[in-house]
Amino acid sequence: MIEVEDLTKAYGPVTAVDHVSFTVNPGEILGFLGPNGAGKTTTMRILTGYIPATSGTARISGFDVFDDSLEVRRHIGYLPEAPPVYLDMTVESYLDFVLRIKNIPADKRRARLDEALQKTSLGDKRHQLIKQLSRGYKQRVGLAQALVHDPDVIILDEPTVGLDPKQIIEVRNLIKGLAGDHTIILSTHILPEVSMTCDRVVIINKGKIVAVDTPQNLTTQLKGSQKIHVDVAAPEKPLSEMLSKIPGANRVEVSAHPGGHLTATIEAAAGQDIRSQIAAQIVQNGWPLYELRGISLSLEDIFLQLTTDDAAHAAQPSN
Amino acid sequence: MRSVYAIYRKEMGHYFVSPVAYVVVAVFLIVAGFFFRLYMGLANDQAMEMAMQGMGSGMDVPAEVLRAFFGLISTLILFLAPMLTMGVYAEERRRGTMELLMTSPITEFQIVLGKFLATLTLFVIMLFPTALYVAYMCFHTDPKMQWALVLTGYLGALLLGASLLAIGSFISSLTESQLIAVVLSFGAILILWVLDFVVRGSDSVAGTVLQYISVIHHYDDFTRGVIDTSSLIYYVSVPILFLFLTVRSIDSIRWRRA
Repeated sequence: MIEVEDLTKAYGPVTAVDHVSFTVNPGEILGFLGPNGAGKTTTMRILTGYIPATSGTARISGFDVFDDSLEVRRHIGYLPEAPPVYLDMTVESYLDFVLRIKNIPADKRRARLDEALQKTSLGDKRHQLIKQLSRGYKQRVGLAQALVHDPDVIILDEPTVGLDPKQIIEVRNLIKGLAGDHTIILSTHILPEVSMTCDRVVIINKGKIVAVDTPQNLTTQLKGSQKIHVDVAAPEKPLSEMLSKIPGANRVEVSAHPGGHLTATIEAAAGQDIRSQIAAQIVQNGWPLYELRGISLSLEDIFLQLTTDDAAHAAQPSN
Repeated sequence: MRSVYAIYRKEMGHYFVSPVAYVVVAVFLIVAGFFFRLYMGLANDQAMEMAMQGMGSGMDVPAEVLRAFFGLISTLILFLAPMLTMGVYAEERRRGTMELLMTSPITEFQIVLGKFLATLTLFVIMLFPTALYVAYMCFHTDPKMQWALVLTGYLGALLLGASLLAIGSFISSLTESQLIAVVLSFGAILILWVLDFVVRGSDSVAGTVLQYISVIHHYDDFTRGVIDTSSLIYYVSVPILFLFLTVRSIDSIRWRRA
């Protein structure tokens, strides 16, 4: 559906997008994850035909975004970082205008408009002037405009920014509901969003792609180290010593638990599952074991790792 | 073209709720109406004086009034056109809605044409009420009025307006600030005005060339009831040129640094 090959955008000496390549399959939700200034917005602007690339190609539904820009634009809905709304129009007249410039014929406009209002829960605001809406509602109008003409591809730049937690959940559900019929790219720097809504994630930093995979795969792959958490009733020093002596344990941290027992966090090298050994040792010493679990690396950890120490820790992109 | 109409419709809607549009039209009509009355009074007084002094009724009162009136109109248009066009592009760019337009299946030309037609419509709406009292005057002249003078006068005003609106729109597309747009437009028009003033009646080559370029120079003939083809060509070329420049200016937004 979307094919990006070696896309580059340079503003003089600054390279905003650096030989980026990825594909998005029909019906998929792709997340674009990266710190601010990573090149997410620039990439999206190239895909929507707003700005031209310096080199490389991008194709949406088979059409080149530069050579066949007008055709591409017929197939996409786009929500930029700031919702592109006209403040002195009503919600309804604004969406009607959008339908017109997206070339939707008159007989279909009413239905699409109603549907978009319903999907974004804007029904009771339809006659309201956009300038009177709160930021969250303005954002929703922006979202409505991106999907009102039922495009094949929807490109969303930070769609949940400025929304309150309840609205964020609604928007995420809305996006998930759109998958399948629509292909979606969304960019964000909110990590949970990506694991919750996206099928696959592209992590981008300083214009370069750093990782491409499903959220789960990334988490598994990057388990450079494993963390184990134990909750046990034991004297501190003996416990600490015992744990440190276990082969494979790199770091041991023991702290007091409010309930009277101790908790310990053990970092182990990758590949070695020392949980059984820990359990065995604790039981052997006669200490009551209350909890033993592995802590998996969260997407946040991966993200931080990848974007602060690129070269050494970059995962192999696997498509 | 459906997209052009969509843009046109939106722009007209904006003008309808824009205080600037109302103020500009109101000021124009008040001043024009006031001066029309004044000119009529002055012309009548002068004609009566001439009659009393036995110089006969050689004075064509309505023609004189119309000449003065259309002259005033052109001055008013020069001042007010920048205010009508200052927000046309600048505001869109500032609000980010330009990004919506430029990522929709609509060409820059369609955007520019739609907007231009809307400003032109507003201009016609602004001019129209004056036609009412001008027509009234002409109905009551004795002997019967030559309509040609009225029609060419308005045609000239329309063409002058179209040119200035096209120039103003182009300048608006260069900036995100309405203030800069209006100041630059005003400055450009002022320069044209001064230029015209300076080269009036000049016989030199440079003078003649500058006269041809002058937006005001071509208007004079229209006020006298004369349609000069060279002026017609000029007045069609200027809007076309500036609309073309506006299209390129919009497109160039894509190539600017983020």
